[in-house]
Amino acid sequence: MSTNRKTLKLSRFRKHPAAILVVLLVGLFTTGGLYSVGANAANKMTGREAVVDIESIMSDPASIDQGNRLFATGCATCHGLKAQGTSDGPTLIGVGAASVHFQVATGRMPMGAPGAQVMRKKPIYSEEQSLQLAAYVASLSPGPAIPTDEQLDWMDAELAEGGELFRSNCAQCHAFAGRGGALTEGKYAPSLMLATPIQIYEAMITGPQAMPIFNDKTLTVEEKQAVIKYIEYLKDSPNPGGLELGRYGPVTEGLFLFTIVIGALIAAAIWIGVKAK
Amino acid sequence: MSNSVNQGPIDKSIDGTVKYLDDRFSTAGFIKRNMRKVFPDHWSFMLGEIALYSFIILLLSGTYLTFFYKPSMLEIVYDGSYLPLKGIKMSEAYASTLEISFDVRGGLLMRQIHHWAALLFVASVSIHLLRVFFTGAFRKPREINWLIGTGLLTLAIFEGFSGYSLPDDLLSGTGLRIASGIVLAIPVVGTYASYLVFGGEFPGLDFMSRLYTIHVLLIPGILLGLITAHLMMVWYQKHTQYPGPGRTNNNVVGYPLLPVYMAKAGGFFFIVFGILVLVSALVTINPIWAYGPYIPDQVTAGSQPDWYIGWLDGSTRLMPNWEITIPGLFTLSLNVLIPTLILPGLMFTILGLYPWIEQWITGDKRAHHLLERPRNNPNRTGLGVMALTFYAILWISGGNDIIAQMLNLSINAITITMRAMLIIAPPIAFVITKRICLSLQHKDKELLLHGEPTGRLLRLPSGEFIEIHEPVSDAKRAVLLSRTELPMLPVPASHDANGVKTPNLWAKKLQRRLSHWWSVDQVPLPTVAELESATEHTLHELSEAQEQGVELTKDTPAPTSNH
Ligand code: HEC
Ligand code: HEC
Ligand code: HEM
Repeated sequence: MSTNRKTLKLSRFRKHPAAILVVLLVGLFTTGGLYSVGANAANKMTGREAVVDIESIMSDPASIDQGNRLFATGCATCHGLKAQGTSDGPTLIGVGAASVHFQVATGRMPMGAPGAQVMRKKPIYSEEQSLQLAAYVASLSPGPAIPTDEQLDWMDAELAEGGELFRSNCAQCHAFAGRGGALTEGKYAPSLMLATPIQIYEAMITGPQAMPIFNDKTLTVEEKQAVIKYIEYLKDSPNPGGLELGRYGPVTEGLFLFTIVIGALIAAAIWIGVKAK
Repeated sequence: MSNSVNQGPIDKSIDGTVKYLDDRFSTAGFIKRNMRKVFPDHWSFMLGEIALYSFIILLLSGTYLTFFYKPSMLEIVYDGSYLPLKGIKMSEAYASTLEISFDVRGGLLMRQIHHWAALLFVASVSIHLLRVFFTGAFRKPREINWLIGTGLLTLAIFEGFSGYSLPDDLLSGTGLRIASGIVLAIPVVGTYASYLVFGGEFPGLDFMSRLYTIHVLLIPGILLGLITAHLMMVWYQKHTQYPGPGRTNNNVVGYPLLPVYMAKAGGFFFIVFGILVLVSALVTINPIWAYGPYIPDQVTAGSQPDWYIGWLDGSTRLMPNWEITIPGLFTLSLNVLIPTLILPGLMFTILGLYPWIEQWITGDKRAHHLLERPRNNPNRTGLGVMALTFYAILWISGGNDIIAQMLNLSINAITITMRAMLIIAPPIAFVITKRICLSLQHKDKELLLHGEPTGRLLRLPSGEFIEIHEPVSDAKRAVLLSRTELPMLPVPASHDANGVKTPNLWAKKLQRRLSHWWSVDQVPLPTVAELESATEHTLHELSEAQEQGVELTKDTPAPTSNH
């Protein structure tokens, strides 16, 4: 129905008692409609801060050397001088460049205060330094490498397939909308809203802490790209239904009902009671 | 006052209507009598109305949804306009709900109105129940209506759950799977019962269409019938009223049905409707598209039911994992049976029978049309708060994962804490509530005897300062004096006059003990003589103050020059 016809109708029925209601409904429809105007998809493919040539850093002896020095000052107290592990931190032999890059770029390493789980925080190393650290650890022994640009090429992946894979592989911990969820003993699967595509990829191939590893047999490269596409979609998907209440599901809906809705109705009931006097 | 009906044009219009109907059905007497029926007024009496209106809105919005929803478990490939699910296999039920949300004009708004109204329905029924409970409105002669009310609440919960399960999304499928687990846990017959309900292995192809009939026909039909009975009973037995000047156990003070009460009720309907539409247009509820279709091997973190099922989820989460296996016969899954069948069964039985339980304890067989202030029945109020605390702890436990996530706590620690709280907190809540009620009774007695403090000071000839009190207003006095004494049963005789042993003596003794406990702590109302001399005293004080003409406010220190 075009707006034109709606206005025509309205003017004819302006005096009708239901007019106010109709106006209200129409107004609400349009407000609701505005929400569904799509937000544009993210166009940062990898989520990396600067375009750097990862392959050359990984094989460059100078950056491995630089990584060695950074490691000795920032990491060796817990992981040992040769990354062999101590009582304060596990060995890093064989964890691969991907794991180091993930841990350092998400600010998890170097580890801060001990708790149930190492948390994401603002990284203290630059992107270049974290790549140097990764190069150093990878030079000790091979392991999962940092994903290449071809592996990260998720833009053309299948969104719906990604959704299905996300629901069967990730939602049981990270929840349907990727907003995170609690695990046992104070551990939790974090919200994925801050993770960049490269971090998502690295998380899948390295399985940090309680998270399982998704190697290329469990999820192929294309499937990983589809998952990334779905997570990127979740980050700024439109809300056809209006306010989303944090996308936590029925708990926040219930809280909203008992505070706002019931509150408004009781206020109205009291107001009517006062009016009567 | 009960008959002080406004005369004027409106009355004439009633007369017109009545005449029109009378000419055709000769019902003038009936209509005239009932149009003038008087309704007492208080905001808390609107709670039942909110329930009624949300039910009407549910019927209307639900009817719209039936035009487009398909209760079918046939698997199809989605080809609608919601891209993130395009090409995905799903049941027709889920696909049709997506269609309502994205391809039917006004469909999403209708879905959200329907769902918000459902949450509001059960919530307002529950709060209405609390109002009825804490004011003692369920006492004789309204016990049967209380029982009907309990039935309504139970049905409302089932109706909500069945509707919530229809879209066949990941969340509702998870809920149904738990329901099937509960059916399976019934000893001996569980497996057969489950086959019967689901028409084979869960989820099965038949179940959705059965559930649909239950949701749109069976339960709403019974609800409609019971609500009618409920309201007719309120009509016939007349509404209770709060105590106040001129209000007694034998009259009803308020507004005539037409026009005042009707106008107010009609206006309130539109307020409820308006708020629901506003909220539904602005706030998402149950975004099924985000949950994805139900696939038995998928589950999402934060799987939660609607709020009114939350307490059952909580009881299941708190229950230790107990199972008894009788080798070769069956496994008794106490871990499912106790929290989901035995506990709620017990709770609703106690709820439904509460009017009779209280009657048995107090031996109070009088009819009550004047509501009781919660403080005037400390044990009932205490028991109510105790039950609420119990419920609230179960409810909070149902969201333990969300709480753990939001507050960064360990889910295991929360569970252990809640288990302890479930046992410790309700009795503590009882004791505290009872204490508060009794101290409020003391305060009321003080008010009656010594009046209201005015904040003004008076210097006595002796030099002593006292605060001037004013007698309480008539309206307040009527409320304070409205209390009916709680009866206490006499000690039962072990033999009657003929020397025959009293049957069930132990039960009578128990009853007597309970009735004693129920009423023994009451703060006695002042006697007539006490009241009179107290009033005299207060008036004397006041006149003395006038004579002296000295009025000092509370805030300024007494001027020393007077000494
Ligand atoms: C305060 C002690 C501490 C410091 C300092 C520290 N780590 Fe760690 N690191 C740990 C602990 C403990 C773990 C194991 C916890 C876990 O499972 O995440 C860990 C885990 C790791 C892992 C994951 C290992 C795997 O199995 O995938 C990597 C990679 C890592 N650290 C790299 C580093 C780097 C690089 C630095 C220096 C920038 C560093 N850490 C500094 C304590 C530390
Ligand atoms: C068994 C539960 C579990 C599953 C399944 C799981 N994860 Fe995780 N995930 C975790 C946990 C726990 C962490 C936190 C690890 C840490 O802090 O070191 C995590 C962390 C992450 C992070 C890092 C987030 C950040 O902000 O730093 C990403 C990205 C991630 N997961 C993606 C995924 C994806 C994609 C899938 C599915 C393919 C998945 N996870 C499946 C438990 C899980
Ligand atoms: C579908 C659900 C229900 C509807 C639509 C409904 C509606 C109403 C309405 C409109 C009234 C009169 C106004 C008022 O006192 O609020 C009323 C009174 C009453 N209701 Fe309900 N009710 C429902 C459920 C319940 C429940 C769950 C209970 C208790 C278990 C209950 C017990 C009563 C009683 C005892 C009265 C008489 C109150 C009095 O006279 O003070 N009702 N109901």
